[in-house]
Amino acid sequence: MGTADAPKVNRGGPAPATAARLGLVACHGCGQLSRLRAGGRLYCPRCGGVLHVRKPNSEGRTWALVLAAILFYIPANVLPVTHTTYLGSTQSDTILSGVYYFMTSGSWHIALIIFVASIVVPALKILALAFLLVSVRRGSDWRPEERTRLYHITELIGRWSMVDVYVVTVMVALLKLGALANVDAGVGIVFFGAVVVITMFAANSFDPRLIWDAMEKRS
Amino acid sequence: MRLDAYIACPHCDLLQRRQPLPPEGLAVCARCGTLLYRHRRNSLDRTLALAVSGIILFIIANSYPFLSLNIEGQTQETRLVSGILVFFRQGMPWMGLLVLATGIVFPLVELLGLTYVLLPFKFERLSWKTAAVFRLIRSLQPWGMTEVFLLGILVSIVKLAGMATIVPGIALYAFLVLIFIVAATTAALNPEIVWERLTPRR
Repeated sequence: MGTADAPKVNRGGPAPATAARLGLVACHGCGQLSRLRAGGRLYCPRCGGVLHVRKPNSEGRTWALVLAAILFYIPANVLPVTHTTYLGSTQSDTILSGVYYFMTSGSWHIALIIFVASIVVPALKILALAFLLVSVRRGSDWRPEERTRLYHITELIGRWSMVDVYVVTVMVALLKLGALANVDAGVGIVFFGAVVVITMFAANSFDPRLIWDAMEKRS
Repeated sequence: MRLDAYIACPHCDLLQRRQPLPPEGLAVCARCGTLLYRHRRNSLDRTLALAVSGIILFIIANSYPFLSLNIEGQTQETRLVSGILVFFRQGMPWMGLLVLATGIVFPLVELLGLTYVLLPFKFERLSWKTAAVFRLIRSLQPWGMTEVFLLGILVSIVKLAGMATIVPGIALYAFLVLIFIVAATTAALNPEIVWERLTPRR
């Protein structure tokens, strides 16, 4: 385990001993190895989860979810996420106008948190998954290790996009003082929440082992 | 070939022989560098203790107001569920459900589930449906977002500080500690100790 001199890319060499190649399947839930048998659904003998050699229809599902996320990303950024009433006057804010407001009012750190979590992270996730899907489809052997790490990061950072959803939740709960100070949620936040959930499902449906499968086919 | 002696990397499928680890050691995939498994000292006791204290903090965090706001003499108190109820009342049930699930239900299910699975281990017993429950809480783990919720609360406090007086309540402090407890629970847990006990004997 962890031998540094293990071959990373077997161009022309013997095919690496993957579980799939040896007729084995590892459980997604608990990691238990089982022997593949023909016909019917296989269940993990240890935890009872359904066994798949690769996540079922990974590429198709991930593409569908990525496209849905792109579609929802537009209204999430164009429509207002909050309607604020303060001392009698009402104002509607989108995610970006909120960021702009905090930048100009001196709270640049808040502006930065919201900008990165709400605008940059979802966009990067969509781009990263699209890039991984294209590279797998083309059977690329370019830097598989880095692409696996890119996938891992995509999986981990998605949750932080939820920050704006929670900010709106706290604001609508706290500012309920009628004409004096009131915040209502706008439809934009519903689309935004959908983007976060859809991109998390998209990352989950992508199978990083496809990156390595594509390379083994070449060698 | 004894299958229990091997592990397939979840990210690249490379088959590798399992090896015993030194205390606090970790095993990474030889091909793609993904973490395969790690050794945790006293994993069972520490995870159990942290999960139980997490449940207690959770009850406090949800029973008391976490922020009060004061503008021109008018006061508004808020609990963690208040915003969720507002979403339901204003015709955004999906938002209400999303925040309820990720901010409250899933983190609580994880703490309760861990206690349910691990406590009987102390007495060399198994709870009913241990494997199914443990599989469920492992798959819910990415969807519990208490730490993101806390960041959202802190951002809101800074946002509102300009227009009103904010008074933090007991629940906010409980929630703050809860974040660290949840993180420590996740770090203390070595899922292998649960799966090993569930491995069918042949």
